[in-house]
Amino acid sequence: MPEPVLSIKNLTVEFTTEDGVVHAVDGISYDVNPGETLGIVGESGSGKSVSMLSVLGLIPQPPGKIVAGEALFKGRDLMKMPKRELRRLRGGDIAMVFQDPMTSLNPVLKVGFQIGEAIKVHNAGVGDDEVRKRGVALLRIVGVPNPDQRFDQFPHEFSGGMRQRAMIAMAIANSPSVLIADEPTTALDVTIQAQIIEVLKTAQHETNAAIVLITHDLGLIAELADRVIVMYAGRVVESGDVHTIFANPRHPYTIGLMESLPTLTAEEDQLRPIPGQPPSLIRRPPGCAFHPRCFLSSGRERCRTDVPELRGAGGDHLSACHFLEELEGYHSKLAGAAV
Amino acid sequence: MTDHSLESDRTLASQGALGPAALDDRSLAYESGLEVETRSQWTYARRRFMRHRLAVGSLIVLILVLGAGLGASWVAPYPYDGIDLENSGVGPTFDNWHLFGTDLLGRDYFSRVLYGIQTSVQVAFIVALLAVVIGTAVGAVAGYYSAWVDNGLMRFTDLMLTLPGLAVLLTAAAFLGHGSPYRVAIILGFLLWTTLARIVRGQFLSLREKDYIDAARAAGAGDLRIMFRHMLPNCLGPIIVFATLTIGLAILLEASLSFLGFGIQPPTPALGLLIAQGQDVSTDMWWLVLCPGLTIVLIVLCINFVGDGLRDALDPTQRIRA
Repeated sequence: MPEPVLSIKNLTVEFTTEDGVVHAVDGISYDVNPGETLGIVGESGSGKSVSMLSVLGLIPQPPGKIVAGEALFKGRDLMKMPKRELRRLRGGDIAMVFQDPMTSLNPVLKVGFQIGEAIKVHNAGVGDDEVRKRGVALLRIVGVPNPDQRFDQFPHEFSGGMRQRAMIAMAIANSPSVLIADEPTTALDVTIQAQIIEVLKTAQHETNAAIVLITHDLGLIAELADRVIVMYAGRVVESGDVHTIFANPRHPYTIGLMESLPTLTAEEDQLRPIPGQPPSLIRRPPGCAFHPRCFLSSGRERCRTDVPELRGAGGDHLSACHFLEELEGYHSKLAGAAV
Repeated sequence: MTDHSLESDRTLASQGALGPAALDDRSLAYESGLEVETRSQWTYARRRFMRHRLAVGSLIVLILVLGAGLGASWVAPYPYDGIDLENSGVGPTFDNWHLFGTDLLGRDYFSRVLYGIQTSVQVAFIVALLAVVIGTAVGAVAGYYSAWVDNGLMRFTDLMLTLPGLAVLLTAAAFLGHGSPYRVAIILGFLLWTTLARIVRGQFLSLREKDYIDAARAAGAGDLRIMFRHMLPNCLGPIIVFATLTIGLAILLEASLSFLGFGIQPPTPALGLLIAQGQDVSTDMWWLVLCPGLTIVLIVLCINFVGDGLRDALDPTQRIRA
């Protein structure tokens, strides 16, 4: 087992709002290994993005507050790092690709300037010619046609897919060890999504970065991820190897997610959604946060009183369900979807 | 230059998106076909401005008038203090090029007005520069940092806004002494920045929430870089409009101050001062008031039209549709 490049331990993040304290992330721990692709799935508001943003010191404080936990990056705790050093890491050794490429590029600055800035901020004293050369090379890596000309264009002259390519070029400008992709394809249409997935693979190939892929798209996970973390209501409910999770999920929530997806191969009249709504993060259900929506719980006392801990379900596979043994024989219809 | 058909260029373009391998020769082929001219926002803004007839006309007039003023030492037919008692009190005429007539001492008023424009415009530019620098700095810092910094700076701005302008101007002029055009300019500059501070603060407050600012932060940009490289270019439109309109306002205010005797002192010619000097004899020599007065009106009117045109060009969302 290699030393993890990023190790998050017991991270707890809260937001103070008028209605009460939102427990956005509640004591989560996970490791990111060098060069791997880690997929984080979950519904909106499950704390996927907040956990990564708080690692980078990018959540607004206040109202946000990192209550507890540490994030060890190459052995150093990012939470205790001086602001200046953390800033040097951002965009350098840890880079991020945002969700919406239409709004993530500054409309009044040339694309080349923005890519060049990512290079300049982290490499003092690099000449303009060198910056341009590297910027054009980056655009070529991410598959922007005609990069030399595109370098001097403004974001409004780029299409959505091209902009996301440019964003990825910015993110890999300094060969990061960790590349955080926060729903990188959500704002794009399906054909462009497929292209961006290829670009991410190329980018990873070029830089050997570990990719943390935050998404609610199980298809994207199947396509890209090596390992998967499933989050629900600010907690990790299941984690493991992507093949294992897709073949034999051991948490009712993960099963629910997979059941609610249509497949192209099987005859289905209706989709089976997870009943109910995601819980309020201000007043989380006691015990297992998923129990009001769970088919396995069916009113059992323990689900309502005890918070389930992550425990082994064979190998690296972890699940936070009191009754995960009962799911032993379950086979997902998505088995074999992961590549 | 396009011997490819558009169709073949399309296929080449779609192939180019497939992978980085062998992309070089493909993109070469691509380049020869579909060239896109890089158009900045300024290109679009310039086009919108050019469509605004009144503003373009005003700009031309303004360039002529201000150019003549700034080049007064070459353009003016007489020196501003050239006394010629044989020609005193002549009305506007083409004889000897006394276009705006002469005063009791026979000084050519056309020349005096030109030199007056020179003084007034120099003052106005300094005022606008000061107001833009202070207003932008205060607004940017307040909008970016918010919380107590914002509170402190904006309450100070409010305080400046509540001060009765003329009274402060007169007091300041009395305390700081008057006479030098630069002193007048500095007093005005320190009074006129408040509006811009509020505008810039508002812009920064909304810009702060933009994804691309988060993205810049995630790319490792520091506070100063984000404020001045990423956010400020987004507010250049309102700042330019403000600067233009402030030049007009400053010319008016300087004229009032000088007219009241608290601004620029003789013998330096300034537009307001010329009116003041002319008004004693205005019943007989109307041109001494009318000519500098109309010059002020013309300049300020043109500046305001140009300002409106710039606003429409730089911030199309604010345009009032006719």
